[in-house]
Amino acid sequence: MAKVTVKSLYKIYGPRPQKALPLVKQGISKDELLKKTGNGIGINDASFDVQEGEIFVVMGLSGSGKSTLIRCLNRLIEPTAGEIHIDGQNIVGCSDDVLLQVRRKKVAMVFQHFALFPHRTVAENVAYGLEVQKVPPEERIKKAYEALEMVGLSGYEESFPSELSGGMQQRVGLARALATEADILLMDEAFSALDPLIRTEMQDELIALQERMKKTIIFITHDLDEALKIGDRIAIMKEGVVVQIGTPEEILDHPADDYVRAFIKDVNRAKVLTASAVMKKPDGVVTLKDGIRVAMRKMEEVGISSIFVVDKARILQGIVTIDDAIDALKRGETSLQAIINNDIETTDGDTPLLDLMPIAIKTKYPIAVINDSNKLLGIIVRVSVLAGILGEEAESND
Amino acid sequence: MIRLPLGEYFEAFIDLLKDNFDPFFKGMKKGVLSIIDHIEDFLHFIPWWLLIILVAILAWRLSGKKLGILSAIGLYIIYSIDLWSEMIDTLSLVFSATFLALVIGIPLGIWMAKKDMVERIVKPILDFMQTMPAFVYLIPSVIFFGLGKMPGAIATIIFAMPPVVRLTNLGIRQVPEDVVEAATSFGSTSGQMLLKVQIPLAMPTILAGVNQTIMLSLSMVVISAMIGARGLGEVVLSGVTQMQIGDGFEGGIAVVILAIVLDRITQAVGTRTNAKKTS
Repeated sequence: MAKVTVKSLYKIYGPRPQKALPLVKQGISKDELLKKTGNGIGINDASFDVQEGEIFVVMGLSGSGKSTLIRCLNRLIEPTAGEIHIDGQNIVGCSDDVLLQVRRKKVAMVFQHFALFPHRTVAENVAYGLEVQKVPPEERIKKAYEALEMVGLSGYEESFPSELSGGMQQRVGLARALATEADILLMDEAFSALDPLIRTEMQDELIALQERMKKTIIFITHDLDEALKIGDRIAIMKEGVVVQIGTPEEILDHPADDYVRAFIKDVNRAKVLTASAVMKKPDGVVTLKDGIRVAMRKMEEVGISSIFVVDKARILQGIVTIDDAIDALKRGETSLQAIINNDIETTDGDTPLLDLMPIAIKTKYPIAVINDSNKLLGIIVRVSVLAGILGEEAESND
Repeated sequence: MIRLPLGEYFEAFIDLLKDNFDPFFKGMKKGVLSIIDHIEDFLHFIPWWLLIILVAILAWRLSGKKLGILSAIGLYIIYSIDLWSEMIDTLSLVFSATFLALVIGIPLGIWMAKKDMVERIVKPILDFMQTMPAFVYLIPSVIFFGLGKMPGAIATIIFAMPPVVRLTNLGIRQVPEDVVEAATSFGSTSGQMLLKVQIPLAMPTILAGVNQTIMLSLSMVVISAMIGARGLGEVVLSGVTQMQIGDGFEGGIAVVILAIVLDRITQAVGTRTNAKKTS
C-alpha cells in the first residue's frame, strides 16, 4: 500500500472557493476564472501515490503550486476538495485531534528558510516536536542529541541558531524533523537557500541518510538537477496541474509535453542517464562450447566484428574478434578458449553516462553491462553513449 | 446653522450608565481601590533607605553600575526635598494603573493578533483613547467614582493602555510566518504556539509597550491631581494654583526623576530579553 495517496486534490484561493470548484473541474482557464469569480487556482486535480521509502520530488517553477501542494499534505493549507490518505487515513476533513496526531507522529517538515526558533538553543529547537507531545525533558533532549549527531552537528547543541551558518541551520531543521521519528518528511525547497557547494553536500548527505533511515520523503524543488539527482520519482507541476510523473529517466526520455521538454532542455543528460538506459540487448552471444565457426557465423549474421562469450548461466567470459577467429581457424583451432580476450571494459547498470565516456573513448570493443554476479545484462556500443547524451535514439552499431 | 448636540448626547449616555450600572461601578471601585491600597501600604511600609537600596540593586543588575548609582542619587534627592511620601503615593497609583492596564491590555493585544476582525474593531477605539485629550477622561471618571485616587486610576488605565495593546498585537504579528508554520507543522496546539513561540518572540516588543504604558500612566497620574488624586501631581498643582514657583519646581523635578528611573529600568528589562535571543 502506498504511504501517501493524493486523489483529485484541488486548492482554490479567494472568496467562496466551493462555488468556483465546478468551473475549475469543467476546465476553465486561470485568467477566465479570475475575471469571472475572482478566484485563483492553486492546485488543479492533483493525484499521485508515494511509496514507502521513496524520495518523491515535486518540481515546478514558482507559482506552479508545488509549495501549496506540500502544505496541503499536513494541512498547513486547507485543500478545497479531494483526498489525502496517509497510511490509509484520509486527513482531509478529519478532526483537529487526528490532525494534531498526524502532525506530531507521522509527518515532519523541513522549511526553505529553516524556520528555526531563534529564542531556543539548537537542542531545544530539535526537541520542539517532542516537547509539544509532552515527552519528558531528559528523554526529548537525549533524542535531540541523537538527531543532531545523525546530521553531523554534535557539539553545537547549546548554541543558538543565529550562531550557525546557513548550511548548519538547515541541518538543525533536518534534525528537528528527524527527532520526532515521523515516517514522512516534507521538504519544502529545503536546500534552495543554501549556496551551491553546501547544497550539493546536503543533497549527498540526504541520500546517504535515506539509505539508512528509509523515510518516505516528499521533496519540493524548482531545480531540475536537484530533482534528477535525489528523486526516485519526479512529479512536474505547471499552473497547479501535475503534468508528468515518472522516474528521472522516463522524464528525460519521454517528456509528456513541450513544457517538460523545455524544462529538460538544458539538463546534463550524461549525469542522469545510466548505463542501463542506453544499453541494448546483445545482438548475439556465444557460449564457450560453441566453437569458432559458430561464433564467426553469428558475427556475419548480424554484421559485427566482435562477439561476447558467456557460459551457460550467461556469466561473462570475454570477447572474441573476427580477426582473431579467422587467424585461429587458419591455424586449425576450433575451440574459442584459445582466442578469448578478457581485456574488456565492464560496468554496472547504475553508472552514469558521464563516467562511461572516458571508457567509451578508450576501448575498442563495446562495453559490457553486468550485474553483481558478472551476468551479462546488455552491451553499450560507443555510439549509444554519445546518442544517449544527445537524447537521440541509438540506431547504428559498431 | 443647526448645532449638533453631541455633548448632550454624551451626557445623556453617561447619565444612563450612572443610573443603571451604579452597583457595577461601586463593585469595580471597591476592587480597584483595594489593589491600590495594598500596593500603597506595602510601599509606605518599606523604609525609604531600603527602597533606594533595592531600586539601586535592581538597576545595577539589569543595566549596570551607572544606572544603579544614578537611580540611588535621584531617589535620594526626592527624599531630601521632602517629597518621599508624595512620590510613594504617585508610584503606587502608577503601579496599580499599569498592572490593571497590562492585565487588560496584553490579552486584548493577543486577541487582536489572532483575529483580524478584533483588530479592525479595536484599532480605531485605541486611536480614540490616545488622541482624546487626557483631561476629558477625568470628567466621567469623577461622575462614576467621585473624587480621589479611584477616578485618577481609571482615567490613567484608559489613557495608558493603548501602547501595550498595540505593541502586543504588533509583536505577535511580527513573528515570522514560517516560524509559526514550523510550530504548527510539528503539532502545536494554539496555546503551545502562544506560550512557546509567539509570546517569547514578541517579548521585546511587548516590553517596549509596557515601558510606554508606565510612562503614560506617570504623566496621567500627575494630571489626575486635578480630581483629587494625591501625590506629586498635587504638589505641582498647588504650586501652579498658588503661584509657588519653588514648590512647583520641586514637584516637577521629582516627577522627572521618577520618570527617568522607571523608564531606564524597564528599558533595561527589554534590552536584556533582546540580548538573550541573539547572544
